[in-house]
Amino acid sequence: MSERVAVRKTYKLFIGGKFPRSESGRSYLVQSSNVSLASRKDARDAVVAARAAVKGWAGATAYNRGQILYRAAEMLEGRREQFVALGVPGDEVDAAVDRWVWYAGWADKLSQVYGGANPVAGPYFNISTPEPTGVVAVVAPERPALLGLVSVIAPAIVTGNTVVVAASPTEPLAAVTLAEVLATSDLPGGVVNILTGRITETAPTLAAHMDVNAVDLSGVTDAELAADLEVKAAENLKRVLRPAPADHDWSADPGVARMTTLLETKTVWHPKGV
Amino acid sequence: MFEYAPAPESRSVVDLKPTYGLFIDGAFVDPTDGGSFKSINPASEEVLAEVAEAGAQDVERAVRAARKAYEKVWGPMSGRDRAKYLFRIARLIQERSRELAVLESLDNGKPIKESRDVDLPLVAAHFFYYAGWADKLEHAGFGADPKPIGVAAQVIPWNFPLLMLAWKIAPALAAGNTVVLKPAETTPLTALLFAEICQQAELPAGVVNIITGAGDTGRTLVEHPGVDKVAFTGSTDVGRAIARSVAGTRKKLTLELGGKAANIVFDDAPIDQAVEGIVNGIFFNQGHVCCAGSRLLVQENVADRVLESLKRRMAQLRVGDPLDKNTDIGAINSAAQLERIRELSDAGSAEGAERWSPPCELPDRGFWFAPTIFTGVTQAHRIAREEIFGPVLSVLTFRTPAEAVEKANNTPYGLSAGIWTDKGSRILWTADRLRAGVVWANTFNKFDPTSPFGGYKESGYGREGGRHGLEGYLNV
Repeated sequence: MSERVAVRKTYKLFIGGKFPRSESGRSYLVQSSNVSLASRKDARDAVVAARAAVKGWAGATAYNRGQILYRAAEMLEGRREQFVALGVPGDEVDAAVDRWVWYAGWADKLSQVYGGANPVAGPYFNISTPEPTGVVAVVAPERPALLGLVSVIAPAIVTGNTVVVAASPTEPLAAVTLAEVLATSDLPGGVVNILTGRITETAPTLAAHMDVNAVDLSGVTDAELAADLEVKAAENLKRVLRPAPADHDWSADPGVARMTTLLETKTVWHPKGV
Repeated sequence: MFEYAPAPESRSVVDLKPTYGLFIDGAFVDPTDGGSFKSINPASEEVLAEVAEAGAQDVERAVRAARKAYEKVWGPMSGRDRAKYLFRIARLIQERSRELAVLESLDNGKPIKESRDVDLPLVAAHFFYYAGWADKLEHAGFGADPKPIGVAAQVIPWNFPLLMLAWKIAPALAAGNTVVLKPAETTPLTALLFAEICQQAELPAGVVNIITGAGDTGRTLVEHPGVDKVAFTGSTDVGRAIARSVAGTRKKLTLELGGKAANIVFDDAPIDQAVEGIVNGIFFNQGHVCCAGSRLLVQENVADRVLESLKRRMAQLRVGDPLDKNTDIGAINSAAQLERIRELSDAGSAEGAERWSPPCELPDRGFWFAPTIFTGVTQAHRIAREEIFGPVLSVLTFRTPAEAVEKANNTPYGLSAGIWTDKGSRILWTADRLRAGVVWANTFNKFDPTSPFGGYKESGYGREGGRHGLEGYLNV
């Protein structure tokens, strides 16, 4: 009996809930696999998909978003071995699941903690509510490939934003596998879009894109590139999360800034009187 | 009214045992003194199961189990892990929701439409919501490192058996407390099924203990010196007695008691919407709702129009088999409650109010009361002052907004209120002046796990739900 010949997986992009190859037809060899090498056009396509998903996702109830994120945690836990096989340490997968659960619980709590009634000096009802900013472009940390990725995606989408993520160029397989998790989690297509390839190619397009509302530069390690991206982002005043320090501990308590930076506060006034 | 074919929900999804023990320290156990009572289906008077009655020794066992679990397991456990158990429970409730809904309707008498579409979704959502708090209590605004209180004694009523259980247990566990819960004696069965769900979730033994019994069991539980927190939902009289009994102790107390809510309809209100809200406000759950809109205050110049429309709508309500999916109004929960509704309604007639019910055939067996309104009610009438807790609406009129507010607040209660008007500023002006814990504008009886619920004045103190609901279970 000969040994069974394995069926290998093709690692592709994740755009609008589908798994297309790069429109450029390019790939690059990394982690012993041919991985799609996303082009500028792929980045723009991903922004279009992310924008199309904003209305439904931001309009979903916080409860519904929380349910879906929790479902993603369930799916992630179920694929634990698959991530381990890609070289992600088991502890890191566990931490990623827990992080996802932590953020899931924030969906219907953030507006009570960071919004509320304001006691203005007059006969007015005045209330502030946080709302998602819109489309967020994210440069994911190069490593830890899974925990870093989850730590930047979950806080952006839990509040109703949609994201275009440039995955770790050197360890992209965890990102594509996470896309498969998300594709089976009732997450609407386009809420999370994942590009694999060169940061230097996709990030400038995303940072300069006029239909992107915020950039998260967490994974940018080159200070000059980071400054350039921030300058590009200034054109339409994107909200900016600056690169994480080189020694950043992704397993530590993440705090809430990753969520709050990607929110707008809306304050409504209404008179009181008969 | 056109005829509907019967559309009964199947009972086969529920696997009832003939007898139930007490759920103490993770297992079902027999009561020490062997007492028991029967839980019946109020729609048929059929016995559903025989349930253990917990005596003083059983209360002792339950409190001790809760204490041990608090000190050894649940208290020291990380919020992250507590959250995971609560998420599991939320998921199990979602998975078994049909079974729970049918059992709730069987034991309580409420229409399956309500247990299936209101109670159960809210129960699951409540656990889901508080699960998410367990690992982020430091963000709740009660200090950087808030601590649980300890062992919570929780006594709940029969009107929303499983939902009240969720309102009690979910925040208590999220905050790190352990609980001993006593469901009402007429509706213990879904709480016992919930105990099985705790087992299925592999919740550590002793974190949730469920003891069944009547008033004596409840009294013994809340007076037990090993209890650190008492949470009660029920009548104002019992709430007062509990407040007295914890006086001089260190027990933290929250109470959610009776109500006599005003539902105020201004002359610019959308009348059809308002009528739907009035019907929902008083006939939802047979009027067995502490926040029911039991006093309709309608502006005089639209009173005739509103009443005409209300009567027409009431004639469409379908009273009968709680398991029928078309039923709007189910059975009154017990013979004693039916007697109370009858007595107060008779007092309404005797005191001079005018009584009206639509033509309505009631089943022969079981406990039933036709939807009823009283007009010509004055503020002095008993039916305007006392909580009826049944499908009986008292109608009063007013001329000015100030008079509406005056009448709405003329009650020792202060749980909820309704306002119907097309003018936003009037909603807010009125809401500012109402002494009530929940004010619904152009809607009624809306509940959500994120929204705090609770009363002013003799409707109790403390809030359940939302970020605020954590406070009653934290040592703040």
